Amino acid sequence: MADPLNDYIDAVAKVLGLPVEAAWKPTISANLAVTLKMARSVEEFALPDETEPASIYAA
Amino acid sequence: MQPDPVMNAHGEWRPASEIAQAVAGKQISALSVTEAALARIAQHDPLLNAFTDVTAERARAKARAVDAAIAAGEAVGPLAGVPFAVKNLFDVAGLPTRAGSKINRERPVSLRDATLVERMEAAGAVLVGALNMGEYAYDFTGENVHDGASRNPHDTTRMSGGSSGGSGSAVGGGLVPLALGSDTNGSIRVPSSFCGIFGLKPTYGRLSRARSFPFVASFDHLGPFARSVEDLALSYDAMQGPDAEDAACSTRAIEPVTALLGQDIGGLRIALAGGYFKKNLFPEAQEGVAIVAKALGVAREVELPEVARARAAAYVISTVEGASLHLDRLRTRPNDFDPATRDRLLAGAMMPAPLVDRAQKFRRWYRAGVLELFKDVDVIVAPATPCIAPKLGQQTFVLDGVELPVRANIGIHTQPISFIGLPVVAVPVPLDPMPIGVQIIAAPWREDIALRVAYALERAGVVAAPRPKGF
Repeated sequence: MADPLNDYIDAVAKVLGLPVEAAWKPTISANLAVTLKMARSVEEFALPDETEPASIYAA
Repeated sequence: MQPDPVMNAHGEWRPASEIAQAVAGKQISALSVTEAALARIAQHDPLLNAFTDVTAERARAKARAVDAAIAAGEAVGPLAGVPFAVKNLFDVAGLPTRAGSKINRERPVSLRDATLVERMEAAGAVLVGALNMGEYAYDFTGENVHDGASRNPHDTTRMSGGSSGGSGSAVGGGLVPLALGSDTNGSIRVPSSFCGIFGLKPTYGRLSRARSFPFVASFDHLGPFARSVEDLALSYDAMQGPDAEDAACSTRAIEPVTALLGQDIGGLRIALAGGYFKKNLFPEAQEGVAIVAKALGVAREVELPEVARARAAAYVISTVEGASLHLDRLRTRPNDFDPATRDRLLAGAMMPAPLVDRAQKFRRWYRAGVLELFKDVDVIVAPATPCIAPKLGQQTFVLDGVELPVRANIGIHTQPISFIGLPVVAVPVPLDPMPIGVQIIAAPWREDIALRVAYALERAGVVAAPRPKGF
């Protein structure tokens, strides 16, 4: 079965002009899957709408 | 006969504090200390592979200048004649700042030292070289495909820890009494743990990062490694201070800590980190924490809120900011990266932006929750690494019956702390045959408290940088 992230990796690589060789894709996909899983675990945690990001800018 | 400049009367390595006193007191010359350090590097570095550059002539010139100043009756700094070395992401005039990479070593040489190198030398210290590290600091192992792995002085078949692996190896092996490194997710604390030495990751923004090669702007810290707490404090004090050339560097006034080390810690409220920090530990890591907790009489636990998510958010922000930093190099030089680094960075480049923003918002929430804990405690004790140094090349370990990748799991206990920039002293528990580190964590800007606790543990003989066999 084709890796469900393959089409996404191809599309983003094209948009960003990143050269992604076919041999690299399984590792990139595995890394991306882990990172997305991590990010979703953060996203699932409800935060107030007013929450500022930590990276605020002070003029 | 002049005493051996590297060893004291008991045949143990001299700490930086003792070397500086002896140099300032004209008992030994800075040049003889420098020559002894260069000789030790020549003797042991072929095995340890801690150094990528040895700046011998520069070091001799600096040492002669220190000796001349002393002879002229001029004041010399608190680190007079003390040899030190820096992770090779610090700019060193005359060297390209390779940052562990193949690509960056092709850059022009630096014209000026990093701020922290300048401040160490202003205090009288003598730079003897640049140190091996994981490629672009995206590493917990100390392995490097371009320069070879730096090796653990306690067992050279084992990892030094990353990404400041050469710093851990050089200080642990006694090649230098002091080294500087960087810590984004654990890169000072992990090599300290694996190599059995002390490391200080200061509060985010406390020490200038000017003219060092970055990795993750949100989390990058610089700090010292040493074999004694006093040496950590001396170097930390020498490096403090605002610096307009690092946008994240605090404008806070210098807050010296060395004179405070001996203050009684009896009044401090110390707690053990519970929950997340009690899981995923090999027996040695459990033992290390238990030894420190017992010595400190710790009777309570605190639970940091949502630590697993904090670690996840740190992971996301790291890979994305790292990818942003290297985007153009990924386009033009993809085959010149370590493939493992490249593929992680390429994945980071593909992360959707809203998820990264959420991670930074979560960071704000988590920081508030942890700071609330510090209303009731002064110090939190936690493991530094889940294990002693793994074997070089080891890909997995089995923990609680589950096979896990080594690289991704070495930093699980350090990432949630640097994520919000808390100051930490990594203290070495000298287990046999391999040491292991414990994190002494304090509230922001309270390096003094973490160092005082580390100093009390050191004086009680509970923590120490053990001298490796053969060194």
